[in-house]
Order: sequence, then structure tokens, then C-alpha cells
Amino acid sequence: MVGGGHVVTAQPFRSLIARDVRLAIRVGGGALVGTLFFLAVIVTVPFGIGPDLNLLSRIGPAIMWIAALLATLIGLERLFQSDKDDGALDLLRLTDAPVSVFVIAKVIAHWLGASLPLVIATPLLSLLLALEPRAILALTATLAVGTPALSFLGAVGAALAVTLRRGALLMAVIILPFSIPVLIFGVAATRAAIVEPDPFWPPFALLVATSLIYAVVGTLGAAATIKINDG
Amino acid sequence: MVWTETVVELGGLALARGGRALAADLDLTAQGGDAVVLVGPNGSGKTSLLRVLAGLAEPASGDLRVAVAGAEADTPRSALVHLAGHQDGLKAALTVRQNLIFWQSYYGYEDGLPVEDALARLGVGHVMDLPAAVLSQGQKRRVALARLLVAPRPVWLLDEPTAALDVASTERFIILVEDHRRKGGIVIAATHMPLGLADLITLDLASFPPDGADGLSAPMDEESYWLAGATS
Repeated sequence: MVGGGHVVTAQPFRSLIARDVRLAIRVGGGALVGTLFFLAVIVTVPFGIGPDLNLLSRIGPAIMWIAALLATLIGLERLFQSDKDDGALDLLRLTDAPVSVFVIAKVIAHWLGASLPLVIATPLLSLLLALEPRAILALTATLAVGTPALSFLGAVGAALAVTLRRGALLMAVIILPFSIPVLIFGVAATRAAIVEPDPFWPPFALLVATSLIYAVVGTLGAAATIKINDG
Repeated sequence: MVWTETVVELGGLALARGGRALAADLDLTAQGGDAVVLVGPNGSGKTSLLRVLAGLAEPASGDLRVAVAGAEADTPRSALVHLAGHQDGLKAALTVRQNLIFWQSYYGYEDGLPVEDALARLGVGHVMDLPAAVLSQGQKRRVALARLLVAPRPVWLLDEPTAALDVASTERFIILVEDHRRKGGIVIAATHMPLGLADLITLDLASFPPDGADGLSAPMDEESYWLAGATS
């Protein structure tokens, strides 16, 4: 409480998410770029591979996952940079909440604006890769729980990119190795849904665990990076 | 809103930026109603001091206290201050109204001064529904200053607040600053331009050289700064 007018609620958190989603989904906002990239990869792959439906449905889940991974990283570079450029990054820190709170809000907003459309589009685009219904369901589920891991991981890279001009390439180099577990568990769980003897739940549980770990580590890492950069 | 027992205290504060000492032994006590003007040559640490006061950076050493009656003792100073720096923090794609409503809501003051009134007091009520991208530099600055009104906080930290403002807008802003002081707030401004404020406390950072000023770590004037090959 500061002199009557200030009430501590989740309102700041919500309003930051709402602002970022609004900025992301408007034309030129960045969310569209990742979605279009995802769309472009998935639509062109069947033409490149040729009309071998068995081959397509075998490599389909992996292609969807790789496309989702790269589509997520495309937009993430600007996660904090746009606020740094116009001075809003400093102003966002002028609250009684720790830096990690606004990092979480920004990552959630990014996920809602950039990754959720991918997850929603997945069942439709899976048809282009000749995936069976079981595989489509598994793929959508793994993308839904796996892409938050990529967003939180990317937040660390985005925070690093704030100090380093043209840090996008560096960011990809730093982030990609850590995204491999997400890719492995995500594709493994989806394959398990198609290939009968493989169990679905162990890799899926590991994917969920990876997401939870990255949510904590990524948030703290990005918050620490921002504090050190600006200190 | 009226504040009581507002206080900003520096005790033996030392500033450093990028590993270089800027100033040492800064002492200052400002109470509700005070206006402090930070002066000093370029690179003497005015902006660094404002960032430290805002809680965005930590001092190299020394004590610092920002407090107001009614705030809990552990309230971080970043929740008690407004910072108006060189950048306006406006999102070009959002309208002026959306920008200000965001800050009001983000800072948690939905019951603060309505956005319309704040903009009117800075003479930019007519741009409320335009996207921030189409505003002139001076209009952007005035919209940014309206942020200080829609979310009332006791301490205003201003970095060259009147840059880009014309004479009439500067006068309007001075009225708001005096109003803020009457309500028990504190204004701390770094500026090269006389603001025309009454009863100023002047803090000249050049008179607080860092310890062991050996010419290497001392604050440089602008000429030697450039001669030293600085590129940023």
C-alpha cells in the first residue's frame, strides 16, 4: 500500500500479458511471422518429399516439431529488445514485484501470441503430412506442453540479445543445444503413439518435466541477465 | 493524493558505471516538497544517479533510502518512484490512450487521475486516440510525462524532462511539478536548462569526485572524454 491508491493484485501481470498479446497479434507484430513460417514449412514438405505417404507419416511428427522449434525461436529474439529500444524495459521494472514476474508475464504473452496458434493449426496441418488421428492427437498434445519450454528457454537468449547487437545468431547457437531434449521427448512421445510397442507416457512425462524445469530456470536466468545488463 | 513524510536520503553514496567510478561521498536529504536539480558535465553520473535512485542499478557503496508514510518498510524504491528518461516508453502501434491505460493498470492505479484529464493538463488531450507512432517528439514527451499523473507516486526522477518541449509546454510542466511538490512529493531532475522552479536544492556532481581521483577514474569533461577515444 502506497498512500491509498496502490493495491497489490495480479492486475499488473494481466495487463502486461494483454498488452503484449495485443502488440504481437496485430499486423507486423511478430507472432504472425512464426505462424507463417510454420505454415510454409509444413505445406512445402510434402511437395519436396514426393507422394510417398508412408514416408511422410513416418517423418511427419519430426518435421512438425522442428518447424515449431524454429518458428518459436524466430519471434523470441525481440522479446525484450522492443521494450529496451523504446525505454519501456526500465519502466516495467519500476514495481514492487521482482524482475522474474514480468519475465513470466512476457513469456506467457509470447506463448499465447506465437505458439498457441501453432498448436491450434497442428491438427489441420498434420493432414498434409498424412498423419493418423492417433498421431495427430499425440503431436498436438506434445506441442501444447513442449512449446512453453522453448519459450522460457528462448527468454534467456532474448535477455542476452538485449546487450548484444545482432545477437540473434548467437542466441540460436546458445539456445539450440538446450532445446534438443524438448525435441527428443516430443518426437519420441508422438512416435510412440504410432509405433505400437513403444510406450507414450514416459517420454510425454519427461517432456512435461522438461517444460517445468525450463520454466523455472529460464525465468530466473532471463531475470538475472536483465538485471546484470542494466545494472 | 497527498503524501506525508516523503524522504530521499543519500549517505556517502558512491556511483560507478562500467567499472569506472563516477562520484563518491554523495550526501543529500530531500523531504516532501523539495525539488533537487542535478547538475554536472556530461558523463558526471547524473543519469546513473537517477537509475540508482529508481532501483534499476545499485550504488557502488553507501546508503540510500526512499520512503513515504503509508508504505511498508520493505517496499522497494522502484515502487515509489517515476522515471522519465530520454526514451518515452511508448508503443508506436498502440494509441496514446492505450499506452497510458496500460501503465496505469500495470502500476496498479486504476483509480488514479483519468487518462483524459492527465493529457489535458499537458495540453495533448487532442491526440488521445491517435497511435503513438504519428506523434511529434514533443507530443511523445508530453504523453510520457502524463504517465506521472495517471499513476501517482511520491518521487519523480526526471532526466532532461523539458528536452523537446516548447516554451508553453515547459510552463505547463513546471506547474505540474510545483503541484506535485505542494502535495508532498519530491522531484529530482537532471537538467542543463533552468527549469524556473522555486527553492531548489542543487546537487553538483562535479564537486563529488570519486576517491583517489588520479585522472584515470575521475569524471572527465566532455572534451577529454572524446579525446580519450570513447566511442559510445
